[in-house]
Amino acid sequence: MMSDSGRFGPYGGRYVPETLVAALDRLEASWGELSKDPTFRARLRAEQTSYVGRPTPLTPAPRLGEIWGARVYLKREDLCHTGAHKINNAIGQALVAVAMGARRIVAETGAGQHGVAAAAAAARVGLPCTVYMGVVDVNRQRANVERMHLLGAEVVPVDKGEGTLRASIDEALRDWVTDPEGTYYLLGSVVGPHPYPTLVAELQTVIGVEARSQIITATGGLPDAVVACVGGGSNAIGIFRGFLDDPDVSLVGVEAGGDGVIHGATLNAGRVGVLHGAMTPLLQDQQGQVLETHSIAPGLDYPGVGPEHAMLRDRGRARYVTVDDPTALAALRECAVAEGVIPALESAHAFAGARRWVEDHVGATVVVCVSGRGDKDLDIIREWSGG
Amino acid sequence: MAEGAARVTEAITAGPGLALCAYLTAGYPDPAAFREILPALAAAADVVEIGVPFTDPMADGLTIQRASQVALDYGVTLGSILTLLAETPLDAPVLLMGYYNPFLAYGLERLAESMTETGTTGLIVPDLPLEESGDLFHTLETRGLALVRLVAPTTPPARMRVLAESSRGFVYAVNATGTTGKAADFDEATLDYLDRVSSVSPIPVLAGFGIRDRSQVATLSGHVDGVVVGSALIEEIDRGGDPAAFIAGLRPEAAGQ
Repeated sequence: MMSDSGRFGPYGGRYVPETLVAALDRLEASWGELSKDPTFRARLRAEQTSYVGRPTPLTPAPRLGEIWGARVYLKREDLCHTGAHKINNAIGQALVAVAMGARRIVAETGAGQHGVAAAAAAARVGLPCTVYMGVVDVNRQRANVERMHLLGAEVVPVDKGEGTLRASIDEALRDWVTDPEGTYYLLGSVVGPHPYPTLVAELQTVIGVEARSQIITATGGLPDAVVACVGGGSNAIGIFRGFLDDPDVSLVGVEAGGDGVIHGATLNAGRVGVLHGAMTPLLQDQQGQVLETHSIAPGLDYPGVGPEHAMLRDRGRARYVTVDDPTALAALRECAVAEGVIPALESAHAFAGARRWVEDHVGATVVVCVSGRGDKDLDIIREWSGG
Repeated sequence: MAEGAARVTEAITAGPGLALCAYLTAGYPDPAAFREILPALAAAADVVEIGVPFTDPMADGLTIQRASQVALDYGVTLGSILTLLAETPLDAPVLLMGYYNPFLAYGLERLAESMTETGTTGLIVPDLPLEESGDLFHTLETRGLALVRLVAPTTPPARMRVLAESSRGFVYAVNATGTTGKAADFDEATLDYLDRVSSVSPIPVLAGFGIRDRSQVATLSGHVDGVVVGSALIEEIDRGGDPAAFIAGLRPEAAGQ
């Protein structure tokens, strides 16, 4: 899947200041050892079970299926501790941080879900945690800021750039470059310099491994499609990796179509460039300046994307579509009423993408990854509803 | 070593004291003022680094982040910088310092051609480590242009040697971990580190990040061949000071006597 230099086809790599190279080498070596170490693996498995709450269920969604004309199953990452798949990665990396002797953890966050997961995981392993969060996101995801505070994390609002996820990664990198030996950077998605895209994907693959076995138990076979939202793309890589070797299973990633003009649809509209340490499709202008993005879902409001997704796209193994803000919101409402599940706005993009896929595949079996729960989005939803 | 890179090395080693390399973000404080400042700066400094603005300058502290944003707001592009350089003969060799993506978007071959045409001597790319730099290095090397390598206090000894040997023009020794601008503390460990860089480097070594005054420059004498001054210069411009005089004022009084 990945070459020694951390490349996924032409994508990935490690475009970082020299100051960070040794730290990334150490992380790569540590993860290489820890991921094969039976003691570490047992510890991780124990945390996944007794702290995160794995395995998460695969929930049949018959009423949604009736509306769509398909057999629909929901992979319930919204039922993970802290309310999203982010904790799968955060607890794993927090254990790595401890094993590497880190004194503190820094993290970035967009929607706040990774920030909350990182804060919780840091508390769990007893390390102090600083989370960088764009001011726009601080304002639109208030509840998550309060949760991070309760979990003992320091939340640093970032007022640079557009005050969203991208600016928070810039700032987390600046923090890390100041103390690369004592600080552990707990990156939240399958983006950034090698080894992060691999490390995070390996920690999220549990989603796909569980989902594959669960759908076989539930239906006696494989699904026709697996659908997940893609910002950086960690929940999508996590669930896709469980089905990569099943060529008859369509893998569909759903990007943020935003308001139709400004969006986060990197794999659909981006051009290859370098941002945040990786070569990857990027929303940029002709001069190579990174463009403003927008999505109703803060977790999809990002101009880059995981390099592995770019490779899967080029190879035709996964397809990437876009869903705009109003369609995502409508999908959230539909799922809430039909199934009694409020997905996160990010996950709602996957529902809308699945619904559209099914229009051409009536009667198909579809697994939708519910990457997180929508409780955090009540303010945004209220605003959109004019309330 | 061919022309562009050699010019940089010569400019650094020509004078008696530490060489001064002045960094200024292109188009700062505004394009007209920058056009005026540049020749004076090139007369006062031994080498000039022109910062190419980028939206996400992850190795930079607040001062250069802000300057970069100002430049972008004025519409400064790599193309406009090269046009200015073509029109402006300067006393000191000029390098461009910037993040990889704008260079990549411009096209590496096209960039090297434009650099040759405008007499630009080399590039410093803080987010392009050795392992990712093959394409750019060869593109520049065939034209005698410099790709200046950065080394950091965290660079292991064996790697430091490889970086120094493949650097062209000079070796850029980052004084401390962290971003640009934060005042550097030249303690024993830092001076030891700079001595180690100098001992393995076949070409001159310039210390950079956080150099702000003459006493720091004096402290570095005997440890490196020169210094890079960036954030402090921008802050001097913000205070309404004369940037060329500020650079000249960093030379130890004894120098040249």
